[in-house]
Amino acid sequence: MAVMNMIEAINSGLETMMQRDENVVIMGEDVGYFGGVFRATAGLQEKFGKTRCFDTPISECGIIGAAVGMCAYGLRPVPEIQFADYIYPGMDQLISEAARLRYRSAGEFTAPMTVRSPVGGGIFGGQTHSQSPEAMFTHVSGLKTVIPSTPYDAKGLLIASIEDNDPVLFLEPKRIYNGPFTGYYDNPVSPWSKFAESEVPEGHYTVPLGKAKIVREGDAVTILAYGTMVHVAKAVVEEHDINAEVIDLRTLVPLDIETIEESVKKTGRCMIVHEATRTSGFGAELSALVQERCFYHLEAPIERVTGFDTPYPHSLEWAYFPGPVRIGEALEKIVGDLKS
Amino acid sequence: MADEKPKSNLPPLTLHVPEPKFRPGDAVDYSDLDIPPAGAQVRPDINTAPQDMRDMVYDMIRVLDDDHKAVGPWDPKLNDEILIKMLRTMVQVRTFDDRLHRQQRQGKTSFYMKCTGEEATSVGTAMALHGDDMCFPSYRQQGILFVRGYPMIEMVNQIFSNKADKLKGRQLPIMYSSRELNFFTVSGNLTTQYPQAVGWAMASASKGDSRIAAVWCGEGSTAEGDFHAAMTFAAVYNAPVIMNVVNNQWAISSFSGFAGAERTTFAARGVGYGIAALRVDGNDPLAVYAATSWAAERARTNQGPTLIEHFTYRAEAHSTSDDPTAYRSAQEREEWPLGDPIMRLKRHLIQRGVWSVEQQEQLDAECLKAVKEAVIEAAKNGILGHGLHQPFETMFQDVFEEMPWHLKEQAAQANKEREIKWPS
Repeated sequence: MAVMNMIEAINSGLETMMQRDENVVIMGEDVGYFGGVFRATAGLQEKFGKTRCFDTPISECGIIGAAVGMCAYGLRPVPEIQFADYIYPGMDQLISEAARLRYRSAGEFTAPMTVRSPVGGGIFGGQTHSQSPEAMFTHVSGLKTVIPSTPYDAKGLLIASIEDNDPVLFLEPKRIYNGPFTGYYDNPVSPWSKFAESEVPEGHYTVPLGKAKIVREGDAVTILAYGTMVHVAKAVVEEHDINAEVIDLRTLVPLDIETIEESVKKTGRCMIVHEATRTSGFGAELSALVQERCFYHLEAPIERVTGFDTPYPHSLEWAYFPGPVRIGEALEKIVGDLKS
Repeated sequence: MADEKPKSNLPPLTLHVPEPKFRPGDAVDYSDLDIPPAGAQVRPDINTAPQDMRDMVYDMIRVLDDDHKAVGPWDPKLNDEILIKMLRTMVQVRTFDDRLHRQQRQGKTSFYMKCTGEEATSVGTAMALHGDDMCFPSYRQQGILFVRGYPMIEMVNQIFSNKADKLKGRQLPIMYSSRELNFFTVSGNLTTQYPQAVGWAMASASKGDSRIAAVWCGEGSTAEGDFHAAMTFAAVYNAPVIMNVVNNQWAISSFSGFAGAERTTFAARGVGYGIAALRVDGNDPLAVYAATSWAAERARTNQGPTLIEHFTYRAEAHSTSDDPTAYRSAQEREEWPLGDPIMRLKRHLIQRGVWSVEQQEQLDAECLKAVKEAVIEAAKNGILGHGLHQPFETMFQDVFEEMPWHLKEQAAQANKEREIKWPS
């Protein structure tokens, strides 16, 4: 075991897989010599050479398109898109090509790639360094979408993603790279080293895709969250002293519906929290699923707490972010009748 | 998978991954950089067909020689007043950059980007255009705004994301917009402005207008598909547009080789599309001005697009979020063989006998004073992170022309949260 923050855990996951499988290659803008703008690939070029970890032209369609071709050859590429906000020029290659290769060739060709990309706000990145576009990808058939919330999960899920034979979009919440975040932006960041989830095995292990994690047990309400919002939701629950069950989904597609269903049937209430915009967000899918499967167990309408349907603003970042006040209000609303 | 089949006995293939010549600590040697003497380049007639001027893409237009004289057919023969305006503008840009960079370091805003060493590529180009020509900048062309007289205080307001910010605190610092000055809103996504500029130029042509468009991107982002789509459209429709590639050698940590510079020049991209292309010493403000004038006249007389590569050097970090000492040799900047655009123009003016060291010192002081005043004035409107400068409704405005019900609901929610989070 070693103590790692999220970046170090991701770096360790990449290194572990490069060591184990010589078909694993890393490419992306600034990932080679420099080691990535967030340092996720630091040292990998030095260790594995320039044909295993290399810089690319600034062309997201080229990066993902080349990864599709490498998959066709038999490699297992792990391309990095520097910010999820930059992924759109690569959408055609990801959606129409990588995600459908297996289907359209009846399994002759597959795309076992893992596209890594930082997501989310909270760093004053403005509208081009803050987006959470996961729902655009969960809408695509043939693509898996993974979002870790701790160093331990980040490494384990990353290795599982790389070993998976289908394309995986691995979205890294950049706000929690260095430490979990409770939603109070003016408080100093507590580093991961102060938390048990920073204990990460140095070698190979996996956290299975499609398996959620109950991060806090409770019986008053089920909170579904992923990435940064897991930590914010957990902190709010404790602040309001409500015995909520908090579930970290970890993988959006394939979704661990069993864990969700079991929890909601137990609590009778469900609240969904995500940072992304509300309309057609992943929360809408979750809400529909819970309603379909747990309708007769529900004792209150399902609540969604999300970012607003605007581009991510720069100066009003913390008014945009679905923080403790927005979550707390929804929480009080959904369990209101329990308290009275 | 990859290793299942036995390998043949043919010689093994190797993957080429470009590597810059110099890394941190390396001694820099530019002796293999092909820099032709100033004044030696032919200036083709405005109506020359692209296929008859292909040599230009491998050459480099240079006007200021080693003795600081303006020489050769590309000398734009500008009068002293214009030259001094050019110098003054470049000095103001650099002073502004230094000062605002410092504001970011002091925590007054989140981000800043300098254009140090590249001032000529926006100031020289913008001065050669008409004020009503439409500019589609990337993020390092603040010089255009200075040429067009955009008030510095408005720039600082934007950088501080304060209550007077005309962009309502929505955009990352330096992502300016000024419709009034024909300066298109800057995007954080790369090269998206390229096809847009071509489209604007097509519209201008289809309406029988006389205005042209100009667009800028870095050499790194010529790798984006948008660049190539723009080149195709510009060629197909003979669009009146000037397409500038500012080749500053570095795209964050990736040297120009990752955009193809090991094989050919960026100007040579024009050849494949049948577009007239020029390659210019981007640290020579007179050469930049002259090349832009040539391209502008060509566009304005219905002779179509021009691609211009400005060969320059990014003297400082990509942005305040970057540290170039981790990936390139510090000597690169010190030894850059094309010098510094401000120094070169200053020496030219001194050589002409219309400028002096004392006047330069006075100019530097004036520029510093002006930017200091702008910063002080702007700070009165607030700085980022100190106070909530925009009414929360502004977050929901301009998503659509008219606010739909769901945004109205969300705006009400935001205001409610404000009362809880920040009670007045």
